[in-house]
Amino acid sequence: MAELTLPKNSKVQKGKSYPLESDSENKKGFSIYRWNPEDKDNPRMDYYEIDLSKCGPMVLDAIIKIKNELDPTLTFRRSCREGICGSCAMNIDGVNTLACTKSIEDIKGQVKINPLPHQPVVKDLVPDLTNFYEQHKSIQPWLKTKSSAPEEEWYQSKEDREKVDGMYECIMCACCSTSCPSYWWNSDKYLGPAALLQAHRWISDSRDDFKEERLDELDDAFKVYSCRAIMNCAKACPKGLSPAKAIAEIKKELALRK
Amino acid sequence: MINKNKLNNDDRPLSPHLQIYQPSFTMIMSIMHRVTGAVLYFGSLLLLIWYVSIVFGPDTYNFVGKLFSFFIIKFALFLFTWAFFHHLFGGIRHFIWDTGNGFSLTAVELLARLTVILSLLSTLVVWFI
Repeated sequence: MAELTLPKNSKVQKGKSYPLESDSENKKGFSIYRWNPEDKDNPRMDYYEIDLSKCGPMVLDAIIKIKNELDPTLTFRRSCREGICGSCAMNIDGVNTLACTKSIEDIKGQVKINPLPHQPVVKDLVPDLTNFYEQHKSIQPWLKTKSSAPEEEWYQSKEDREKVDGMYECIMCACCSTSCPSYWWNSDKYLGPAALLQAHRWISDSRDDFKEERLDELDDAFKVYSCRAIMNCAKACPKGLSPAKAIAEIKKELALRK
Repeated sequence: MINKNKLNNDDRPLSPHLQIYQPSFTMIMSIMHRVTGAVLYFGSLLLLIWYVSIVFGPDTYNFVGKLFSFFIIKFALFLFTWAFFHHLFGGIRHFIWDTGNGFSLTAVELLARLTVILSLLSTLVVWFI
């Protein structure tokens, strides 16, 4: 059953404020989710103000600046700063996206930053994605073949290669899965948009010999069919992919082979 | 699969979800599809009462007819009609998706809007024309 409210220990409280002392025209406020496992306190929203004329254009630039200059305890994941590693996935202004590719200019008023939704929090903006990775592992995201390995490499025609377009680009940032209400309520049974997009990526691969077995594995009341086409996944994906479409294709293949 | 409860067992807070996620049109339409589905389930009772009243002869039938002309019940029937068409067009929308089409973000938005517009128009046509 869906729990619409947060558990007692997760209710977010008002936190500290770090206002900007100088009067800058380029002042921007950032309200950021904080939780420290070493405190016994509930999570809180801390408020920081920075001068945008002394900051890079992206939300990631701003939180790095806050960590460097205002509050070194602020914790978040980041690596490539160009939308290819997926580390800095978080909920910015109510929508999951990558902090490194989200422009501060696009956000009106205060910038609200939360960790990816409905996940156990490790610290501040760092969620525990163990379940997410386990689900990815469960769809066996690697090439499986029955024929013996070729001497050099598995060949693929240009047309067959195009069949995995729109799926191979996925960077597993978890923006889609953690944006999905179905996944929020059923993440123990429903595989979620990211794992299913990956599943369909391997089902569609011309070199893979285990299409039927992969479909058998997915043919379950919850794993695929908990998708209600809410479309949050496709709207959140920072790479512009549509997990919703991949899930529909899996459903279609399951229906047509019967 | 890992047990969800096991993951949460060390008092970690759950990050906010519904509380902070920006509602989108398609998200609301998905909820409406469910709500109208539930309304249809219970609204069908009204339809059933009307049918069954026929069995009990003209007096009962006329009585039910009078009951249904009360403003409140009439309004409920109006909402029931709308719920019917909303769920019907929503169902067609889902049928289009089942074929693997209509998944671009523009198509998704267009289909959602069409569902609302067509359901409202159909309801008005049934009641006032």
